[in-house]
Amino acid sequence: MAEIPNIIPALPEMFLASVAMALLMLGVFHKTGGINDIKASRLISLLSIVALLLAVLLVSTLSGGRLPTFANMFVSDTFAVYCKILVLAGSALAIIISYGFLERHDMARFEYSILILFATLGMMMMISANDLISLYVGLELQSLSLYVIASFQRDDTRSTEAGLKYFVLGAVASGMLLYGSSLVYGFTGTTNFDQLANLFDAHHGETSIGVIFGIVFILAGLAFKVSAVPFHMWTPDVYEGAPTPVTAFFSVAPKIAAMALFIRVMVGPFGGLVGEWQQIVIFISMASMALGAFAAINQTNIKRLMAYSSIGHAGYALIGLAVGTEAGIQSVLIYLSIYLMMNIGVFTCILYMRRDGHMVENIKDLAGMNRTHPMLALALTILMFSMAGIPPFAGFFGKFYIFVSAIEAHLYTLAIFGVLSSVVAAFYYLRIVQLVYFEDLEEALDKSAAPELAIVLTGTGLFVAFFFVYPTPILSAAAAAAASLFAG
Amino acid sequence: MIQALTFYVFAFFTVVSGALVISARNPVHSVLFLILAFFSSAGLFVLMGAEFLAMILVVVYVGAVAVLFLFVVMMLDINFVELRQGFLQYLPAGVMIGLVLLVELVVIVAGHAMAPEAGTTVAQPIPPVDEISNTQALGELFYTHYIYLFQAAGLILLVAMIGAIVLTHRKRDGVRKQRISDQINRRAEDSVEVVKVETGKGI
Repeated sequence: MAEIPNIIPALPEMFLASVAMALLMLGVFHKTGGINDIKASRLISLLSIVALLLAVLLVSTLSGGRLPTFANMFVSDTFAVYCKILVLAGSALAIIISYGFLERHDMARFEYSILILFATLGMMMMISANDLISLYVGLELQSLSLYVIASFQRDDTRSTEAGLKYFVLGAVASGMLLYGSSLVYGFTGTTNFDQLANLFDAHHGETSIGVIFGIVFILAGLAFKVSAVPFHMWTPDVYEGAPTPVTAFFSVAPKIAAMALFIRVMVGPFGGLVGEWQQIVIFISMASMALGAFAAINQTNIKRLMAYSSIGHAGYALIGLAVGTEAGIQSVLIYLSIYLMMNIGVFTCILYMRRDGHMVENIKDLAGMNRTHPMLALALTILMFSMAGIPPFAGFFGKFYIFVSAIEAHLYTLAIFGVLSSVVAAFYYLRIVQLVYFEDLEEALDKSAAPELAIVLTGTGLFVAFFFVYPTPILSAAAAAAASLFAG
Repeated sequence: MIQALTFYVFAFFTVVSGALVISARNPVHSVLFLILAFFSSAGLFVLMGAEFLAMILVVVYVGAVAVLFLFVVMMLDINFVELRQGFLQYLPAGVMIGLVLLVELVVIVAGHAMAPEAGTTVAQPIPPVDEISNTQALGELFYTHYIYLFQAAGLILLVAMIGAIVLTHRKRDGVRKQRISDQINRRAEDSVEVVKVETGKGI
């Protein structure tokens, strides 16, 4: 008789899965057509936010030791708890800022929140994966939900195009990941992360060429998911085409989850082979930073600009992984938390960009905004300064810890390259500030009356502006999370 | 003796019906021969002691896939004579692909002979047939060892279903749907009128 697996470590995931299915039923039976669609969508959105917050509570009760379960395919440790809280927060904020948008753009269907819940569930499963198979299954649950959300505005050609592009390229990336996994399995005989780590430790980092090939393919698949160069091509098109709140969601939660997965795979099972993959990660990181800095300069569409900016940010975060030490991972986790807040803030500003009831997306549309929207202009300025990494805003500290960890590990080239490319990137962030304050107003943006956007923008703005006052909770939590990854 | 005889009977029917699938003129006959091939190979599986696989083959392939083929073949108006015309032209390419497949099969089968240690590295060794039936062994793998992945795969399918409905389902005007409550509420007095018709006059 087989014993029943311990379900406590997976309790948040099970809770979220049950809630998502229950809400799906509720939405289907609540819906009677016409005006009730909006009502059902509102109700499900609210309940989803509540569910995500409850899941945060459940996750935080698990902080502590390392809890493997389900035949060691699923693991919950402090690292997982930290990343899951970030992902849950990102998803909840994304649902909040899409609240009004969906209704205004005639896409208020309750499935939106349900798909975000399923995507979040997939991300949590990715973060907790302790086996190549559970990694793939979680990744696929997340990606499949994201493909659908990308083309959620199905009567808009750009949105459907974004969904289709994301789907086709995502399938290619999944294929590469699977191919790499099968090579690793074929040459080692196991898919379990712990067993892989033990195997490579026992051979003192010596391994066959087949495993190296497998790791390269897995790296390619993961680099696609974090949109790092040279697997970034989908990012600008998908970010531009998808509805704005969806883009906001894409740029935070899946990015954080994929980065967490990247860290777990590279540090966990392949930690003993650090010499083999470090140079690849360094290359990916440098290429992403350079592309993010230079390609964004010419952009006129603010969503495309944010896409290149997020490619650049993925590059900075990967510096911390390339370092491969506890300090490096800690700095990535701090960076991701700050990145989450900054990006949600900036996308909330973009959601404010409406003229005559339509969304406008050109950077020029922001010109002279401070005459009509002084508070919004101030918030955008703080966020852009933070994105550029200017002290004392939060973005500076994120980059600071990353560069310090790189210097401590004697990766001077990488650190200097990072600093230089962030100087280039500062150009386009500061150009937005210049447009907002020093250009003539041509046509005013609409006055928005969306309380949820105001609340999110105030919250993220205050976090970014006053992070330096009391950063200890995040720093110590990230330190504990990074330590748990290296404990085993 | 009887076992060998049964094997040869099943094997003969599998090969012959397989050949008839590609050579039959009528596509419906092809599908029917395909079903016969499935049944015969199910018999071969039973002989090998893989009774679960045999049943799945009958239930899934005969019950669902082949019937689906049959529907498609009968519903689509395809001129198969026209399709066959380039047969000789494509023969070399087909033979090449067949050869590649043959070589790959030989490599796989010979791989175990060349590297006998490959069998020992698999994560989950096949349990001996006399200790545990293969239905139970598969069940333990699916529903006990891999329960997490099984459930997760179920969720992925659910998301796929939601996605298909979200992206394609539209409310159309002018579609007449059955409204049961309206049907039940309809009364004879509202819709039926008794008319007195005079004899020989009509209405």
